[in-house]
Amino acid sequence: MSNLIAHWNYFLVIALMMIGFYAVIARGNMVKKMVGLSIFQTSVFMLYISMGKVANGTAPILTGDTTTLYANPLPHVLILTAIVVGVATTAVGYALIIRVYESYGTIEDDELIKIIETEENAEAGDA
Amino acid sequence: MMQHLPILQVLLPLLGAPLAALLRHRDMAWGLALLLTGAAFLISIILFSQQQMTGETLVYDLGGWPAPIGIVYVIDAASALVLPVISGIAFVATIAARRLVEAEIDARDHALFYAAWLLTIAGMLGQVTTGDAFNIFVFLEISSLSAYALVAMGAGRDRRALPAAFNYLILGTVGATFYVIGLGLLYMLTGTLNLVDLSDRLADVQSTRAAFTALAFIALGLFLKMALFPLHFWLVPAYAHAPSAVSALMAATATKVSVYVLIRLVFGVFGIDFPGLADAVGLLVLTLGIAGAFVGTLAAILETDLKKLFAQSSIAQLGYMAIGIGAMSATGLAAAFIHLFNHALMKGALFLAIGAIAAQVGRAGMGTIQGAGRQIPLTMTAILVGGLALIGVPLTAGFISKLYLVRALLEQDFWLLAALTFISSALALAYVWKIIETAWLKERPKGAPVLVETPVHYVPAWLMVIATIGFGIFASPLVDAAYAAAHVFIGGAR
Repeated sequence: MSNLIAHWNYFLVIALMMIGFYAVIARGNMVKKMVGLSIFQTSVFMLYISMGKVANGTAPILTGDTTTLYANPLPHVLILTAIVVGVATTAVGYALIIRVYESYGTIEDDELIKIIETEENAEAGDA
Repeated sequence: MMQHLPILQVLLPLLGAPLAALLRHRDMAWGLALLLTGAAFLISIILFSQQQMTGETLVYDLGGWPAPIGIVYVIDAASALVLPVISGIAFVATIAARRLVEAEIDARDHALFYAAWLLTIAGMLGQVTTGDAFNIFVFLEISSLSAYALVAMGAGRDRRALPAAFNYLILGTVGATFYVIGLGLLYMLTGTLNLVDLSDRLADVQSTRAAFTALAFIALGLFLKMALFPLHFWLVPAYAHAPSAVSALMAATATKVSVYVLIRLVFGVFGIDFPGLADAVGLLVLTLGIAGAFVGTLAAILETDLKKLFAQSSIAQLGYMAIGIGAMSATGLAAAFIHLFNHALMKGALFLAIGAIAAQVGRAGMGTIQGAGRQIPLTMTAILVGGLALIGVPLTAGFISKLYLVRALLEQDFWLLAALTFISSALALAYVWKIIETAWLKERPKGAPVLVETPVHYVPAWLMVIATIGFGIFASPLVDAAYAAAHVFIGGAR
């Protein structure tokens, strides 16, 4: 039991991860998929950031005092990069959603599939 | 200068990308892309021959910081073999891109197209060269993000490119995130991200459940990126609806890079002796590989659109690479490397030739090529040779791939798998025959648009065709290099 409480941050991360992943898979709306994807990615950011925590460690700022205990800054730096990547992915994703809406008039998966199937059948017809 | 070559071949296209976007002029942007991919190709050839001659591993410390503190770029037998494949295809695809892009993409977007084009190439070269696990993720995302944009640029001609790019983005990001989760677990266990260092320190904790979970996440993420059956659903629409130049570049290189990263992580970091690796990854990859070979080939037989047909056949061919990996032996890995190399050439030839047709008439369906064998003989012959190489006909590069693949399977007494590999390859004859029958044995319908071919149309494809045949006849240098690459990960005799 104490083991569970001591690792509460990881349970939180996994819960978020599954919520996000579920939304990506189960939702048919493109915007909801993107929201799910962002939650999924954020859970990974939290996984990295919480693993950098050192018990009783302070912020990793050099003071010259060698006895100070620091948190591990490397995972934070890594996740800074991953956040940038995440923002870029989100931007490209929403840009695509706008283009899809302009072109098809819908961003629902099932409706899109129907339109695309009709187009494909028409194409196979003249092939 | 010479010692900076490992970084230069990544840096040139990376820095060229914003420059291409700033140039705004399409011919200048294309010229820049051609120059830089050409330079990258030249550098990778130099690195390859250097590595072949010395047989040593070249390590480049970024910013003068040696490993494990700094990030290193590593040129060993494996990366030296894969680099020229990518930069070479990128160079030839760039030659062809000018005509294809002019035909298919809005003139305003050309400079931006080449910017994204250079970025995706830089990302792929970076993934192959870097010796840092997190750096792989960064390059993976650089190449993927620009690839999503490139696929979406097909929307001017075919609006289905947009949903295809979106699905590619969702699944690509899920794959990359799985990789990062696995990497996080590895970092927690070992406190390092350098691939060599990781592999050393992992030996102490290799029987923990966390290490195995990390393997599962990393392998699954890369299966998604390499489009291993049944995680391949993003690939066919993305390749089919993308601009023709992008289809050619991506079909020939994108999934191969992920195959390479999978080999580097699974064998280079976890190692063949990692507990549960042979059962979990080996067996899984073998099963999915052979299933993918059948599913991809059968789906290809049913397709009537040439781009979709050969995209489906890519699923099958990736299955063969997976079988090579799943054999868990030096010969198996060598077969995977040989097929990685050869398949890139074949698919490059095929998609460049198909692109030359699609750029003229909008799309390359069976109706479009009916009776086209006499109208555009050189282009159709390129498709024919590519198709024969996919089956594995002798004198083509595909034969060498299949030969070593079957050899690796027989080494392990996997008779059934060897037979299944043979059967699925033979099945590929069905879709190649369908093309032969349509293009040569049927009359061109009246009123069909007239297809033309000039050197700009067929030379890029034929460069690939000549390489396909060349490496089919003079295969021994490639086989030697592939064995050297395999021995980086698994020791043992030939």
